[in-house]
Amino acid sequence: MAAGSGKVVFKSSLLRWIDDRLPIVSALYNDAVVYQTPRNLNYWWNFGSLAGVMLTLQIITGIVLVMQYTPHADMAFDSVERIMRDVNYGWLLRYAHANGASMFFIVTYIHMFRGLYYGSYKAPRELLWMLGVVILLLMMATAFMGYVLPWGQMSFWGAQVITSLFSAFPLVGDPIVTWLWGGFAVDNPTLNRFFSLHYLLPFVLVGVVFLHLIALHTHGSNNPVGIDVSKKDKIPFHPYYTVKDLLGLSVFFLFFSYFLFFYPNSLGHPDNYIPADPLVTPAHIVPEWYFLPFYAILRSTVYESLFTPLAIFGYLGITEKLMGVIAMFGSILVLLVLPWLDTSRVRSATFRPIYKWVFWLLVIDVIVLHWAGGEVPTPTVVLVGQIATLYYFVHFLVIMPLLGKFERPRPLPDSIGKPVLSHGAAAQPAE
Amino acid sequence: MRLLKLSALLVAAGVALWSAGSQAAEGAAEPKQISWPHDGFFGTFDRAALQRGFKVYQEVCHACHAAKYVTFRALSDLGFNEDEVKALAAAYTVTDGPDENGEMFERPARPSDTMPSPFPNPQAARAANGGAYPPDLSLMSKARHDGDNYLFSLLTGYDDPPAGEEELAPGQYYNHYFPGHRIGMPPPLMPDQITYDDGTSATVEQMASDVTQFLAWAAEPKMEERKQTGIKVMLFLIVLTVLLYLYKRKVWADVH
Repeated sequence: MAAGSGKVVFKSSLLRWIDDRLPIVSALYNDAVVYQTPRNLNYWWNFGSLAGVMLTLQIITGIVLVMQYTPHADMAFDSVERIMRDVNYGWLLRYAHANGASMFFIVTYIHMFRGLYYGSYKAPRELLWMLGVVILLLMMATAFMGYVLPWGQMSFWGAQVITSLFSAFPLVGDPIVTWLWGGFAVDNPTLNRFFSLHYLLPFVLVGVVFLHLIALHTHGSNNPVGIDVSKKDKIPFHPYYTVKDLLGLSVFFLFFSYFLFFYPNSLGHPDNYIPADPLVTPAHIVPEWYFLPFYAILRSTVYESLFTPLAIFGYLGITEKLMGVIAMFGSILVLLVLPWLDTSRVRSATFRPIYKWVFWLLVIDVIVLHWAGGEVPTPTVVLVGQIATLYYFVHFLVIMPLLGKFERPRPLPDSIGKPVLSHGAAAQPAE
Repeated sequence: MRLLKLSALLVAAGVALWSAGSQAAEGAAEPKQISWPHDGFFGTFDRAALQRGFKVYQEVCHACHAAKYVTFRALSDLGFNEDEVKALAAAYTVTDGPDENGEMFERPARPSDTMPSPFPNPQAARAANGGAYPPDLSLMSKARHDGDNYLFSLLTGYDDPPAGEEELAPGQYYNHYFPGHRIGMPPPLMPDQITYDDGTSATVEQMASDVTQFLAWAAEPKMEERKQTGIKVMLFLIVLTVLLYLYKRKVWADVH
């Protein structure tokens, strides 16, 4: 961050007085106004700021909801209904918060895929990317615990299924589960600690987001061409990207409003309008849509069908369940080391003729996983899930390291403004 | 135009997500698809149908099913005036107290009360219904997949078991739309079972349709306020988007 460089002189004497003692004014000025940004960023670069807006909205609606919500197993469900019926604009707050979680994941996933396509995780932005993965993990933990709070059937049984995963670890598993539950079953103590953590983690998230921004502003944004940008090809963040981000935000809010005001329950599960009942198991326990790809990976590690050979791990004490937990966490943790798994030095897929296709295969693979995670696990669904799970790991662990060695990237332009002479049209910058 | 492509993509993603949520319950027919007056962007509740549906709920469903989140005062949404709401409430008795002597006492319900439950506790409800628990109906239309269509189909979906089907146990009834087809609820609606105040002929279909609409309101009483707010918000955002688009083009003119 360029904070405290001391070059800015503010007209207002009050601002000068403050900045001399606490240089936040110049920090804001340097990092939000004159901050130098590549001039060719396309609309896929909007999703980072959209994620920031969603995090802020979630915190605001969440804080207001807490003023009306009661975190007790006997009263949580009723208090949510009271919010929906008797609190002024309670329906708006709750639907904004519940659908807001989905929106937050949509923009974050698009933001990540943009990073994958344009190689934004490569040197010198490895830590920026890794902090992003930490943000994703925190988001997932927060969203999972938030879904438990209304204490409906899917809240309860989702909590049951996910916390029970930890019992897969040998020896320490069962004590860990008891510790997580605060008892011998998912019950009021579980709800209380989830509520506490659901309130805490978003603020941890804000902290990591700040680190993410510091890392971003150290080397600046990557860009669609993926080459380092010279000073003359950079423009100040304000007004160029403030207005562009606002335009994107307005379009995104239209999309958000469609769900929030007209189909507010379409992204949720009907069973969560049934109060939690420990004695009645829902016919089909599914997590929220944004967890389905990971849920598919978790469920696909049965030692049959395509994964029959994995049965050998069974003899080593790695049960199917433990393997599923390892694969599920592995599917996110593999992203942490992606900067080193990808051996290509070219960032943007625009100049990587094979990776360009491999990227879209990964997108399709994740969509297939999403589908498999939501279906009843029939043998066909399990097989499809296994193929997609296998491909997911092959993509990161095999294709990415090898592709960088064998692929011949197209020549890179010298600057984002100047196309490569021999490949005129193809290398046109996006803006 | 890139923006247009992107927004098209967002909409497509939304539709994909939306349809991903649809799953048919095992061992039950897909519900009949009815076009409800409260469906869609501009859909509003049909007040006359809500009042008729409330009557069906009162006289039929409420014999076994509670609706504990519905207050009498909320019934003014159905088009009842203040006095009518008071009269509707006063027809029910609720237990209040303790009074200054420490005794519980009974009094007529007030508009601020919720509809009293037909049974004092779930055990009593089960005991009176052959072991099956009649669930609370306040949220039923949101608590089942394709709720409105499901409820209407269920209420009109009773039939004799098809030939070759295993005998129904006592207290079981065959219904095309219930998961597993065996439901503990006897067919609740008979033709002309109730007399509508507005003279509508009380066919099974009519009563099922009316009570389904009443239950849709009971589950989502703020639906109209929500959609009306939504339309204003969308109009505002469309205008804002156009203005921001023009402003963005102006700001960026010297960069392109």
